[in-house]
Amino acid sequence: MAIMNVNPTRMQMTKLKKQLQIARRGHKMLKDKRDELMRQFIELVRETKKLREKVEAQLENCNNHFINASAVMNKKALESSLMSSKHQTGVEVDGKNIMSVDVPLFSQVHGSDDGGEIFPYGFAFTSFELDDAVTELNKVLPDLIKLAEIEKSCELMAAEIERTRRRVNSLEHVMIPRYEETIKYIAMKLEENDRSSRTRLMKVKDMLLEKAHGYSEKYK
Amino acid sequence: MVKNIAVIGDSESIKGFGAVGIDMFICDEPLESGNLFKRIAETEDYAIIYMTEELFELCSRERAKFAEKIIPAVIPIPSAQGSSGAGRKRLSKFVEQAVGSDILFGN
Repeated sequence: MAIMNVNPTRMQMTKLKKQLQIARRGHKMLKDKRDELMRQFIELVRETKKLREKVEAQLENCNNHFINASAVMNKKALESSLMSSKHQTGVEVDGKNIMSVDVPLFSQVHGSDDGGEIFPYGFAFTSFELDDAVTELNKVLPDLIKLAEIEKSCELMAAEIERTRRRVNSLEHVMIPRYEETIKYIAMKLEENDRSSRTRLMKVKDMLLEKAHGYSEKYK
Repeated sequence: MVKNIAVIGDSESIKGFGAVGIDMFICDEPLESGNLFKRIAETEDYAIIYMTEELFELCSRERAKFAEKIIPAVIPIPSAQGSSGAGRKRLSKFVEQAVGSDILFGN
């Protein structure tokens, strides 16, 4: 691991120690965030999978009804019966915050649960298979909207988890070791400087004493 | 904030959705789907856009821009030919992205 390009001074070391502390704290917090996000994400994904399978089965069922309907009615009449709609189905969009991830909440509005109200056509020229098909589709609608909500949440959370994981990893495997090594390098450098200046002083002292008293001459 | 729901697909697959109050955008020409999707998504009138799985996969480039936004939610649905498994594959891709490997669906 490369150390940072810094001057080996005491001040720099204090600064780095402070930064290391912050990095450690950030790492711990991000790790907690990642773990909690992951837990909620796994739960949500399980739910989504279940709902998706249910919705897909229901849609297939609807489709079969439509196939039945098209078998007894001609194509033009069928399509024109379905062209217009009595009401517009909308969703009220709200937001929720899961561990700093904004996810949508959809609630259906304008849709009618009243069985008689949903048909956009008169009953005179259409077959009852078509009624079945439209009723079925109307029943799937709440689940379909719920699916959109939680699948979108999964998508947003997956992206956030990936980002958080990257941050945690970069702190754990790059930033923190780098700080630690740089601090160690500075500490060692400082000690080394200390030792060298001490030996230098000792040497100088020897030289001075020698000059003053001339020991080497006396104790020959 | 009330928004509408849109569905994009071939006429065979989505014909019923108009009857339940969802805005239909019929796209029988798969190559046109990207432009159509972009036009619909950019109006910001729609909170949810359902797409048949075939078109969903064709529009991946156009969809990328909206992946990080809260709305619209772009959701694949099976077409008249039945489910191709693209929806489930998408879910396992999310798991892979988040966890690093697919631990839930086992494929």
